[in-house]
Amino acid sequence: MSVTPDLECRGISKFYGDFQAVNDISFSVPPGSFFSILGPSGCGKTSLLRMLAGFSEPDTGEILIKGNPVAGIPPNKRPVNMVFQHLALFPMMNVGDNIAYGLKRRKVSPQEQRRRVADVLERIGLPGIEKKSVDQLSGGQKQRVAIARCLILEPALLLLDEPLGALDLKLREQMKIELKTLQQTFGTTFVYITHDQSEAMVMSDQVAVMNHGRFEQVGSPQTLYYKPETPFVAGFVGNNNRLRGQVIEAGNGSVKVSTESGQIFHTTSTTHLQQDTPVDLFLRPEAIRIDRESDSLWQNCIKGRIDNILFDGGNSQLLVRDTASPTQLTVALPQTDEYQNLRQGEIIKLGWNSKQSIAFRAG
Amino acid sequence: MLRFSGKNLSFYLLLTPLLLTLVLLVILPQLDMLIVSLRERISYGEYTFSLLHYQEFVNEPFYWNTFLRTAVMSIMATLITLLLAFPIAWYIAKIAQGRNKSLIFLACLIPFWVSELVRTYGWMILLRESGVISVFLQWSGLASGPVEMLYNDITVMTGLVYASMLFMVVPLVSTLEGMDDSLVEAAYDLGASTFTVIRTVILPYAMPGVISGCIVVFMLTLGNYLTPTLLGGKDSLWFTEQIFTQFITRFNWEQGAAFGVLLLSLSSLIVWLGLKLSGQSFKKAVAS
Ligand SMILES: Nc1ncnc2c1ncn2[C@@H]1O[C@H](COP(=O)(O)OP(=O)(O)O)[C@@H](O)[C@H]1O
Ligand SMILES: [Mg+2]
Repeated sequence: MSVTPDLECRGISKFYGDFQAVNDISFSVPPGSFFSILGPSGCGKTSLLRMLAGFSEPDTGEILIKGNPVAGIPPNKRPVNMVFQHLALFPMMNVGDNIAYGLKRRKVSPQEQRRRVADVLERIGLPGIEKKSVDQLSGGQKQRVAIARCLILEPALLLLDEPLGALDLKLREQMKIELKTLQQTFGTTFVYITHDQSEAMVMSDQVAVMNHGRFEQVGSPQTLYYKPETPFVAGFVGNNNRLRGQVIEAGNGSVKVSTESGQIFHTTSTTHLQQDTPVDLFLRPEAIRIDRESDSLWQNCIKGRIDNILFDGGNSQLLVRDTASPTQLTVALPQTDEYQNLRQGEIIKLGWNSKQSIAFRAG
Repeated sequence: MLRFSGKNLSFYLLLTPLLLTLVLLVILPQLDMLIVSLRERISYGEYTFSLLHYQEFVNEPFYWNTFLRTAVMSIMATLITLLLAFPIAWYIAKIAQGRNKSLIFLACLIPFWVSELVRTYGWMILLRESGVISVFLQWSGLASGPVEMLYNDITVMTGLVYASMLFMVVPLVSTLEGMDDSLVEAAYDLGASTFTVIRTVILPYAMPGVISGCIVVFMLTLGNYLTPTLLGGKDSLWFTEQIFTQFITRFNWEQGAAFGVLLLSLSSLIVWLGLKLSGQSFKKAVAS
């Protein structure tokens, strides 16, 4: 027998007038997992989350929390809590009162409140700050207090609406790890929405990629990265070179593509593509090998001139232009010492195998 | 040592006229009133120090009854104004969008384009025996004879509340507009009922606006002369009327001045008590 998922959505949609913000979405989230919804801004993430929290009702479909339908149950009666984008800590209360707010509403005794607030503060690594006012906290501390305020109620689900959006880059990197750790220590199911693919990838057990109100693909970060099912996912998750072309030889799972500028590449595809189908070919910068001397055999190989070196420490990249065509490829620059003497204008050989690129019917 | 430079200079340039008006138009007359109220006229142009006029106030029940009645009515008017203004301010700040918002705000503002006298006269046209409402009631058969609706406390209260509305709505709108809507949603999400959200989040947040609105409305109502006199008639028993009577009708400047000083002390005392009771500081209310 399978466990009841903490959250299950069956075909939910949301309309604003004629505009459909959420389009027939179904998914389920197993207990104790970190589930992210990743999509560009305006794709309907917040609309979806607000339906889960109970601030709005879906126009079609059904939401089940721990197996129980929640239609018509207002937010103050749902076993879910939400961390808002700007946190929404109450400015006129101190940290302790903020965290105890939900317990007070449940008529928990004052001693019990104090004990549990102290306990949760301990667990988020901020013991003894009950009496501090909210504006005395740093960005990261506010973040954790906002999460503690929800977790103290032991909700079935914690919903988070881009809570890291307002933080600066360094702090964001640090909070990613902290959020993941918090989720694991509390064991609460998190539903996290973000437009930042790195946040989703680092923290999540499962990620749903959302576009125009639909889920394009749901899977582990690895699946999304290595086996994207749609061109949108291939383009949105991680970096990718995109080349336009046409199928010239269709095989079983592997195809031969001629690009617009005339190169022939071997590649894979998840769907069956007919001869002459226009396709987009996706190739990750980090999947391309830079090969200077050896004559090792790659299924795909081009010679190119280094147009530019975009140095960014560990994320450095080369812009390489094919010597025979105007095609430009972004190539990750490994920080191993054999590549440190690469110079702009140098001619290098690039190679990759067909497994490392994927073609989709051009949309 | 003071250094007049840049920002500092502009601050003092702005402060000077403000201080001047404060001293010349507020402090000086009040001091003069205090001095006048503490003297007794012996013969033409000859005065001695005396507390006679304050004794007069204490010994004459009519005076301090009027005094108390004015205070109680003003407090009631302030509270009623607050109760009515809060939903209006909430609507303007949080619910109305774009053009509707400015329209409602304008509707609150427009009555203040005409003078208080005209506005009060408007009430009289509506409410007097031969007024619009009386005629309508007779015409529709709801009343058999002319109905007099002026000259009672309810009418006075209505007029006072109406005249104060804007001064309560404006500070409330400005504090409520500064409130992030997600505070309300967060409280609701954490299990609060609508009533609890209002009590624990919205009111505490709006408190500085509530306090500054209440102070302004209370002061204006307590010191109002036209509305209680015109709508309440000669029995309206408003304390400002007593001051007017002493100064203008009786030419008893000393008594009038004593009443003036008493009114100022009374209003200061009540405002101070109100701030103490609500646990707010004057500084916070002013800052809103
Ligand atoms: N209350 C609303 N009324 C009308 N349109 C809305 C409303 N809320 C959101 N939208 C629209 O729905 C789309 C999705 O919005 P949202 O769910 O906030 O997206 P996201 O959180 O992914 O950025 C947007 O195009 C937005 O303009
Ligand atoms: Mg959003």
